[in-house]
Amino acid sequence: MSEKTKLVEARREKALIPERDYDKSPILECVNLGINFGGLKAVDDFNLTIGRTEIAGLIGPNGAGKTTVFNLLTKVYQPTTGTILLDGKDTHGMNTIQVNHAGIARTFQNIRLFNNLTVEDNVKAAMDHSMHYNLFSGILRLPNYWKEEKLAHKRALELLSIFRMENLASARAGSLPYGAQRRLEIVRALATNPSLLLLDEPAAGMNPSETAELMENIRTIRDTFQIAVLLIEHDMNLVMNICEGLCVLNFGQIIAKGTPEDIQKNPAVIEAYLGKQKEA
Amino acid sequence: MKRSMNSRRTNLLNYATYLLVIAFFVIITVMNSSGSLSSIMKGMLVPICAYSVMAVSLNLTVGILGELSLGHAGFMSVGAFTGVTAAVALGNHVSSAPVRLLVGMVVGAVFAAIVGVLIGIPVLRLKGDYLAIVTLAFGEIIKGIFNNLYVGLDSRGFHISLLSDTTNLDPDGTLIIGGPMGLKSIPTIATFTSGIILLLITLVVVFHLVNSRTGRAVMAIRDNRIAAESIGINVTKYKLMAFTVSAALAGAAGSLFAMNYTTMVANKFDFNTSILILVFVVLGGQGNMMGSIIAASALTILPEALRSFSTYRMLVYAIVLILVMLATNNPTLKSFFSKKKNTVPVDPDEPEDGDEGKEAV
Repeated sequence: MSEKTKLVEARREKALIPERDYDKSPILECVNLGINFGGLKAVDDFNLTIGRTEIAGLIGPNGAGKTTVFNLLTKVYQPTTGTILLDGKDTHGMNTIQVNHAGIARTFQNIRLFNNLTVEDNVKAAMDHSMHYNLFSGILRLPNYWKEEKLAHKRALELLSIFRMENLASARAGSLPYGAQRRLEIVRALATNPSLLLLDEPAAGMNPSETAELMENIRTIRDTFQIAVLLIEHDMNLVMNICEGLCVLNFGQIIAKGTPEDIQKNPAVIEAYLGKQKEA
Repeated sequence: MKRSMNSRRTNLLNYATYLLVIAFFVIITVMNSSGSLSSIMKGMLVPICAYSVMAVSLNLTVGILGELSLGHAGFMSVGAFTGVTAAVALGNHVSSAPVRLLVGMVVGAVFAAIVGVLIGIPVLRLKGDYLAIVTLAFGEIIKGIFNNLYVGLDSRGFHISLLSDTTNLDPDGTLIIGGPMGLKSIPTIATFTSGIILLLITLVVVFHLVNSRTGRAVMAIRDNRIAAESIGINVTKYKLMAFTVSAALAGAAGSLFAMNYTTMVANKFDFNTSILILVFVVLGGQGNMMGSIIAASALTILPEALRSFSTYRMLVYAIVLILVMLATNNPTLKSFFSKKKNTVPVDPDEPEDGDEGKEAV
């Protein structure tokens, strides 16, 4: 155990996190993370450190293993090798539910809302862990039912107001337009009080003005809640604009890490995206 | 607190359901006092209430939790047998029939809830068809157990034996459960009023459960299990909770149902009964409690009303059922009703979320 901790310390010195987070311990550290599906190494030797209030990006060509990394972090898959430290605590042996309670919330690439529930109930459902009244209080509608439900209602509207969606609170989630569904997923994830928010292609299917608004929203979320955000995105405009640190994956391995400026100039990244330049 | 449009509409529907039940009670009471109620109809009042409670409770599993259970009659029989045993045992000490009925129903509900937890733990790990098949099997197992159970009561207390009657009762003792002979000499203390009260309690429990954090979590699991886990909802716990509440209500209904007759055999609560209750739920609409009650009442009365067809009775029953199903699924009618309710009709192209565990996330 102590040996493992030492290893992390050594890596932490090399890790890149925003300067303002330097004196705080990082929220997430992945050490040698890897998963094999049969003989296929979907993700291999994945090392990543994210600062307390960092907006980090995970990019790479299709099939590079980006969503697999999210699934490893949220324990949809159990890693074959390596360690995930969330706020310094090893998440080994936790399941998806426990990881969420520990502070990781996510959105999905293919939207997964509770389609038959209202927008408000989608958000309230995510507050379940922070509500405490039991089955009988709920059925008998004891005072703590009313108290907690009132609080949940207020908080749900507050969270929805980040994306100016309060007026949609009573709409059925499945009936929302695509962009609004994506935003609702983010609100739902936020409602679980995460310290790390994972966004899987938040701008997919959005038009440029919606994307610009989303960028602002992500910054607002980071500033208001003081949380870290890790996002997967193919929209380079968004990634280069809001991410402070970037990590590029290709065939399950990290090929580059650094600031957006560094990444744009990195020959390995250009090769992964555009192919090798023919020698003259 | 500002109420949203949607929750207001749900609340209105809930109140309408309560109102319907109370109106039914008032009409029947008035008819009964004026003597215009036939003796056949009188005999069906308690079964109508019991089947309505069964339908509403199964609707909690099928419509709200979204899992198909084919063993609901099993919980009904647990409630019937344990509830009647309690009522008989109490008969020596308490003479008040309502108290005995109440204790019987509570005992029935508690035992059914215990069985619900025991069955739910293994069963709720399964999904869809597999879950349906296993609940069917458990329903049959419960029937098998009660067909071979002997419970007697004498001055020395309860005597229980399995497979053969080795209870060795004192001469003053009574055999309450007699294996394949079932329940004998049941106190027929179930009344229409108590049935309506149970139905109202059931509605309150189900509606309040649906509008609490439990209900939200259960419906979230139904809509998308993977997303529910990702936001930290304890899937197993909430599934078990809904399943147990459903079983407990079925137990109370079974207890009420049994105490309307002098004898009751375990074979009454077989697969056919489970399917019958499922038909109430499907016909009334999944998640629609008022529909369940109307369907349960109509389909309990219908076979009696069709007596004039004699031999062709069940054939006509089936045809009526098919016609009603066709009519309720008619797109023109559906859009008419959804327009009336001023809601967005469900988009038929909307992809059904299969939600398999192995699916890429």
